[in-house]
Amino acid sequence: MSLTRQDVEKVALLARLRFDDAELDKITEHMVQIVQYVDKLSELNTEEVEPMAHALDIHNALAEDELRPSLLRDEVLKNAPKHDGEYFLVPAVLGE
Amino acid sequence: MSIIQKTATEQLALLRSGEITSVELTQAYLNRIHQVEPAIGAFLRVESEAALTQAAEVDRKRETGEPLGKLAGLPVAIKDILCTKDTPTTCGSKMLENFVPPYNATVVEKLQAADAVILGRTNMDEFAMGSSTENSAYHPTQNPWDTSRIPGGSSGGAAACISADMAPLSLGTDTGGSIRQPAALCGCVGLKPTYGRVSRYGLIAFASSLDQIGPLAKTVEDVALLMEVLAGHDALDSTSVDTPVPAYSGSVHQPLESLTLGVVNQHFGAGIDAEIEAAVKQAIATYTSLGATIKNIEMPHADYGIATYYIIAPCEASSNLARYDGAHYGYRTDHAELVEDGTDEGPLVRMYRKTRSEGFGAEVQRRIMLGTYALSEGYYDAFYLKALKVRRLIRQDYDNAFGEVDMIIGPVTANAAFSKGEKTSDPMAMYLEDLYTVTANLAGVAGISLPCGFTKSGLPIGLQLQAAPFQEEKLLRAAQMFQNATDFHTRRPEL
Repeated sequence: MSLTRQDVEKVALLARLRFDDAELDKITEHMVQIVQYVDKLSELNTEEVEPMAHALDIHNALAEDELRPSLLRDEVLKNAPKHDGEYFLVPAVLGE
Repeated sequence: MSIIQKTATEQLALLRSGEITSVELTQAYLNRIHQVEPAIGAFLRVESEAALTQAAEVDRKRETGEPLGKLAGLPVAIKDILCTKDTPTTCGSKMLENFVPPYNATVVEKLQAADAVILGRTNMDEFAMGSSTENSAYHPTQNPWDTSRIPGGSSGGAAACISADMAPLSLGTDTGGSIRQPAALCGCVGLKPTYGRVSRYGLIAFASSLDQIGPLAKTVEDVALLMEVLAGHDALDSTSVDTPVPAYSGSVHQPLESLTLGVVNQHFGAGIDAEIEAAVKQAIATYTSLGATIKNIEMPHADYGIATYYIIAPCEASSNLARYDGAHYGYRTDHAELVEDGTDEGPLVRMYRKTRSEGFGAEVQRRIMLGTYALSEGYYDAFYLKALKVRRLIRQDYDNAFGEVDMIIGPVTANAAFSKGEKTSDPMAMYLEDLYTVTANLAGVAGISLPCGFTKSGLPIGLQLQAAPFQEEKLLRAAQMFQNATDFHTRRPEL
């Protein structure tokens, strides 16, 4: 399985990251190396094996639907890079 | 012997008998931090004032006869990944440089309820991704045994502050070895509990199916003492398990009447340093002399641990770290309202990409990229699904092993602490540091690292014991048996 610089650029968009040319060369090289290593798993026949997403035998953890204290708006907005006291503010996203 | 060289258990007895006060003890640690921290860099922030205030409050309670918690008056250092209300929690990242959590992690609440004194926040690899603490966005941490070497990671600060006597107890987290490996390289004791034993609520997520919080200290009994406070079910973490918490510190000194230890042949294959191999084999011989039975066991999929881990952990990380969007909290790029930059992306995508590329360090970005790739269309089955299946095989290896033996004994790392900068440009070499530790996280079992020797050049060597899920009590008792027969845990670096 070969991973090209173009593939890496596409993944960077999906991951909402951006690399300059030098960084892109470097991360492509590292990713190719790591992907080659992890491809070791293809040696194993796993056709009959159930996937294991986590280690516990818990499927649904249900809780009573009761009111509990939650964070106040002011406390939550306090950490926002930009807000107007009511809403999170982001750059205009429409109109282009 | 000065007060800070004593164990937490000994200090607790002196606090209870009134021979020392918590203010005196806390001040002694602050003095020590003042003296050696410039050379070690174990902390991101030392909270001197808050610690002394807390200590004075515990002393006041003791004086007036009010009920006190299990750790009353003992200082504890906290890895900077655990949310603490109104206290900066950076996760070693520029992304969270200005983040002040509006709530406490459950373990922080438990420490407060136990009347512990929070001393400060320890350094770590950014978002707990790394094995050397060199990925911290703030500064590296030096190994107290040789300051030209790394302390291990990601809980490097948590381990270094213990071995340098800057705190008697500390909290770390372990996703693929991040408690056990630095404990081994710094010569202290570190426990990775069973997945589900300690609540993860308020732990900044890296890989949610692998992360666990655990204690580090100088001795096994101190680890047992702290573990007793940390463990237990929490309604706020639906993966925490509702099973009783044994009195670990009460039973830790009872030797196990029968103990069968499994040795995995692959652990001593190519790649392990001869001095590490010799020390671990000597430790196995020590257990034999204590009456343990040693059995060779097969873990046929052990060699696939790293490959499995470096698919699953980045996949979970890429998903967990999607929340850092520059909108709700954390860093946002200040590139003047994101002017057109020649790309055809809209302003929102530009904000996300610039924010994340500037806020995350190289290793975090690499793991997000790997995870995004492995989960992307066309690759999901070949990578993620395949890794989940091999994870099942690894778990079955453990289940089979624990049908035959009580615990697995072996090395924590293949080598002692390496030099700073030695592996930073070779991610795969850094990943292989976790060779002996990742499988415990994948399978969800418990593991402990404890000192079992020193190299000729004076670097600590760790011994790993692994036990079946929720067998921490036995694990600690077995580790204490080794400690009773050896003195490696009593040695401290010269600083």
